[in-house]
Order: sequence, then structure tokens, then C-alpha cells
Amino acid sequence: MEKEQDKLLREVTTGEYKYGFYTDIEMDTIPPGLSEEVIRKISLLKGEPGFMLDFRLKAFRHWQKMKMPRWAHLKIPEIDFDRIVYYAAPRKKEGLSSLDEVDPELLETFNKLGIPLDEQKHLTGVAVDAVMDSVSVKTTFRETLAELGIIFCSFSDAVREHPDLVKKYMGSVVPYSDNFFAALNSAVFSDGSFCYIPKGVRCPMELSTYFRINAANTGQFERTLIVAEEDSYVSYLEGCTAPMRDENQLHAAIVEIVAMKGAEVKYSTVQNWYPGDKQGQGGIYNFVTKRGICRGERSKISWTQVETGSAITWKYPSCILQGDHSVGEFYSVAVTNHFQQADTGTKMIHIGKNTKSTVVSKGISAGRSNNSYRGLVKVLKNAQNARNFSQCDSLLLGDRCGAHTFPYLEVDNQSAIVEHEATTSKIGEDQIFYCNQRGISTEDAIGLIVNGYAREVINKLPMEFAVEAQKLLQISLEGSVG
Amino acid sequence: MLSIQNLHVSIEGKPILKGISLEVKPGEIHAIMGPNGSGKSTLAAVLAGRDLFEVTEGKIMYMGKNLMDMAPEERAREGIFLGFQYPVEIPGVSMVNFMKTAVNEQRKYRGEESLSASDFLKFMREKKDLVEFDSQLTNRSVNEGFSGGEKKKNEIFQMAMLNPRLSILDETDSGLDIDALRIVARGVNKLRNKENATIVITHYQRLLDYIIPDYVHVLYDGKIVRSSGKELAMELEEKGYDWIRQEYAGNGK
Repeated sequence: MEKEQDKLLREVTTGEYKYGFYTDIEMDTIPPGLSEEVIRKISLLKGEPGFMLDFRLKAFRHWQKMKMPRWAHLKIPEIDFDRIVYYAAPRKKEGLSSLDEVDPELLETFNKLGIPLDEQKHLTGVAVDAVMDSVSVKTTFRETLAELGIIFCSFSDAVREHPDLVKKYMGSVVPYSDNFFAALNSAVFSDGSFCYIPKGVRCPMELSTYFRINAANTGQFERTLIVAEEDSYVSYLEGCTAPMRDENQLHAAIVEIVAMKGAEVKYSTVQNWYPGDKQGQGGIYNFVTKRGICRGERSKISWTQVETGSAITWKYPSCILQGDHSVGEFYSVAVTNHFQQADTGTKMIHIGKNTKSTVVSKGISAGRSNNSYRGLVKVLKNAQNARNFSQCDSLLLGDRCGAHTFPYLEVDNQSAIVEHEATTSKIGEDQIFYCNQRGISTEDAIGLIVNGYAREVINKLPMEFAVEAQKLLQISLEGSVG
Repeated sequence: MLSIQNLHVSIEGKPILKGISLEVKPGEIHAIMGPNGSGKSTLAAVLAGRDLFEVTEGKIMYMGKNLMDMAPEERAREGIFLGFQYPVEIPGVSMVNFMKTAVNEQRKYRGEESLSASDFLKFMREKKDLVEFDSQLTNRSVNEGFSGGEKKKNEIFQMAMLNPRLSILDETDSGLDIDALRIVARGVNKLRNKENATIVITHYQRLLDYIIPDYVHVLYDGKIVRSSGKELAMELEEKGYDWIRQEYAGNGK
């Protein structure tokens, strides 16, 4: 039986990261290193208007004065920012007949990832912006969406085609001075997605961005900006993978969401960056700033994340509840295995009256990993009748992993009701054996137990992705008990 | 059906079972009694495949196969059912989902189609009624927040769902009030037939008023020291375990 378990362990640990392949294509890159010159070059390569270069340079000068944040419960090795490549783009093949045509090799890469970029073949009801390394490869269903006045395109296209909108909203939720990684991103970001939903429009399909890191030694710095005008609705999805490599790679992204009066934005992430191998070698450093603002009354922003990848995750999707009666939600499942580390959570800032926030965080740690929840609930002086409910659960698999909870409450209004609940539990050998004794294999037992535990969050994901997320949870944890 | 020959079992080098032999045939009910620490629960766990124990000597054959070659889930699919002394809680996993997975794993093993959702629910309703299991409990998470009695009734309900060949009930009577004990015993009796067999492990004779055994074995210090018909249980009830201690203590030296 010991042998059986070893076999199982071997099978699942070697087969567990399905997306670790590398596509050998010609790339246009800027040599490693970070300087004003590099930033000017990025801006030039992208043909940006002057305001963008100004923004980048301001951010860069600010960043140079900043220090890497060390407050998280993470062991972050020194990152040499001069050894990172800040721009790597798949070279446009000569002889492609139209601008819209995509290199077949890139199409194949995304096909392999399960993201067909051919609109005919694609899942109905999902539009995709596919980003490889520093640039957007293709955005599907642009025209269909444009008929409703919805703008869905790469950030680069948005800068060129809708500079006024970009100028108005970029940096309005996450200013470049916000934090170290936000400043870095603002200086060097190369692409990302832009999405604008006009007044009164319910976006008829899921919008999604798929991020792929492919090139070696390259950092990915993308930006997503979502603007939902009055009484509009959009559900947005983000997925990400990277090849398996021994060295670490940096991913530092920014997501900004603006929700006007009565608007609702649902943002879901299934994060599956390469987590490193069983010994903790390699993997993505994921330092991400995500924030939304409910500007108008009765607006709503909801973050759902399933985090299974990355060697290090540092991310706190947040809501600023400015409009009266606005609602912020955060649902998270974070899984860490082997030597992965995650410090993740949210910030709910209550400014308007009768604002409401809900936080449900489910951490799952296995192997020698460390998993922390860090959450801030802040109620400002004028936020009459603010209401928050937070629930943070941790599940431990084995006895060498760690789970930590760091809740922060800052309440400046007497009428606020703020609740925090936390639990820690363990998947025990006895639970697995109980399942075994009913004919359920160890692998399936862990899947059953973990999915049962995470169900509340998974249920918030759009249907197709909920199924994916369930499988992903199972794969990430296979072989972690025994 | 089950043939245990000269079974020796240790945990961390310490011998617990010291040469047990037992034959169980279809249609039979065997009771295994004995004082605390005599190895009753170890025997149950070894039969179910718990890997905390090391079998150092002897053989267990089940349905003509060497049981020790089989993983716990395989034993279960082959019809071995363990009613746990301490049923385990699995938060967030509904009883319906748990049982559906278990039943369909068993069907898959036998080369049968999975049950559809509606067929499964119908099947579950039947079995719930059969063993008088509270219908609300199947909507809850496995054993979570169940009372002691509910947990034990849940074991019998699962036994009914899986229809095992060989059921091993480990101290199913412990912690039960008399009403719950009756319901549990009624369930076991209803599930009994000529093809299946049951091993009832108990400290007290009380349960055997309701589940009438064909054989009673007394386990003491890792060995079966006496085997007889159901009258042996009465004798133990009357005299307690002390006389066994006196008679057999030091025998192994």
C-alpha cells in the first residue's frame, strides 16, 4: 500500500502542471535592465502619445525612491530589477495578409491552453483578449461588442483609439505612487485589457483576458482598466499560466475598476501561474494590485479569485465603497502546496452611507507552504450604517504547512456593524481513511473534501469556470497527503 | 467468506494481536467481545486496511483473495464495510454528495452504470426509510454537528446504501441510548440475509439482546481465548471480564 501511495504521489507531482510548455517563436525584446531609456523605448515601440510617456517617467522616478515592501508574511528573495527583460513581443511574421491575422504558432499556443482565438470555435458567450508576454495577441468579438457601444480591446489599442478615456481613468483608482509594484508597473507596463461598458448596457457575454508568460527572464507587467457607466453590468474573467522554468519570473500587474451609479462589475480570476517545482525551485512571483471603486450610489464590485499558482502571491483585491448603498464583495480560495507562499486578502474601505461588504476567504495549505489571509475593513467617519461580514477559514493538509490570519479593523463610525469569523481545520488521515473505507480513492477523497470546503467561493464563479476551478483545486493538491 | 489465520499485528513495534484465527461464513453473525485494550478495534481496523498497523505474521483471505494485497478502497468496493466507532466529520461535503460518490465508485468497480441523480435520490429515500434515518440529515455535511446517536445511525444508513458482504461494526452501541440502540439493531437485522455476514464488536452484552449472534468470541490480550455460542455473552454479562483476566493472565509467558 505504501508503494501504491508513492506511485500516486509520483504520478501527480510530475503531471500536475499541465501548462508548463514553451513556444519557440521569434521575439522582439529589449535587453534586460531598467532605466529611463528603456521606458522611452517601450513607449516608442508602442507608438504612445506624450501623456503616456509622462505618466511612465513620473512613475519611474517615484519608484526609484521606493523600497520593496517587506511587511507581508512572505520570504521574498532579493529581486534584481536590472536582470529582468521588460519588453518581449512575439515578432510579427512577414507575409501575413491582414493586420488582424495572427501567427498560426501563437494560435496553436493558445489552443493548447484551451483558449481558442477563432471566434467560430470559441465557447459561446465569452470574448477573449489574449496577452503573451508584453503584448496582446488578439481580442475576439470586438466588433460584436462594439455594436452595443462596448469597448473591449488591448490596452495599447485603447491608448491609441480612446486616449481621452484612458487619460481620464488610468491611475484614478491605483495611482502610480500607491505602492512599490504599482509604481514599477506604471513605469514599464506593456499591455493588458481595456473595457468600457456604456450607460445602461448589460454586457451580453463574459469578457476575459488570458495572460501567458512565455519568454525567459521576462517580467510581465500588464494593466487592466474596466469602466462601467451608470446602470451597466459586466462579468470579467482572468486566467493565467506560464512555462515551467528553474528561475523565478516576475509578474506585477494592476487592475482598476470604476463602477458608476447602479453599475455592477464581477471580476473573477483563476490564477494558475507556474508554482515552482516540488523543491521550491522556480515559479512566478505574483505581485498584483487590484482595486475597484464604487463611485456612484448602489454600485457593486465583486471579486472572486481562485489562486492555485505562483511561487509567491502578494495580492489584495480591494473595494472603495464611495457611493451610498454601494456593495463590495471578496470571495477567495487560495491554495498553496510544496514551497509556495501566499499573502492575500482584501481591503474594504467604507466611505458612503449604508455601504455593505462581504469577505469570504478560504485558505488551503499543503506541503511546506505558507498561506496568509490579510484583510482590512475600514469604516470612515461619515459612513453611517456600514456593514461588514468577514469569514476566514484555513484548511491544513499535513503538519508542515502554515496558515495565518491578519485581520485589521479601523472603525470610525459608531453605527457600523463589523463581524469577523475565523476557523482553522485540518484534513486528517482519518477523514481520508473514512472516504477510502466507503470505496473512494485517496485522490478523489482529497478532491471531495477540498471542494466541499471551497464550495461557497467556487459557486460564485461563472459556470464553465467553476468546473475548471474544481479540477484545478484537485490537481494542485494531489499527492499532498500521505 | 473471511478466513483469518494466526494473525499477528503490531503498532510501532508493539504487538497488539498475537495469533488470531477466525472463520466467517455467509449468513453468520459473529460477536467479538473483550475488555478495553484487548485488540478488538485493531482487528476491525486491520480488516478495513488502516495502515497504522503492521501485520507481522499470518494471513487474511477474503472471498478467495489475499486481503493484505488490497488497498482500503478496493476492500470497500469488494464489499467490506466498517461501521466506525468514531465516525469522522467532513465539513462542506453533503451526505448526498458523499454517498453518491461512494455508491457510484462501487458501481464503476462492478462495471455498472452510474446512477442518475433522480434514481440515486430514490434509492437513497428507500434506504433511509428502511433503517429509520432522519431525512433531514442527508442534506447536511457528513457527520458534521451530528449527535452521537445520529452518527451511529448514519453508519447503519451507509451500510444499507452500500449493501456490503461483510460488515464490521466497531462498538456501534457505545454512547447510544436505548431507543437509538433499538433502531440501530433493527437496521442491522433488516439488512441481514443468507449471503452476507456481520462481525459485531462490543464491550457490552446489551447490544446482543437485539442482534443475536451465532458465535461469540472473547478477545483478551491479543488472542481469542474462548469461542462459543450466544450463551457465552450471557456468562460474560454475569461474571464480567475479571475471571478471564485471572484465567489467562500470564499465559503468554
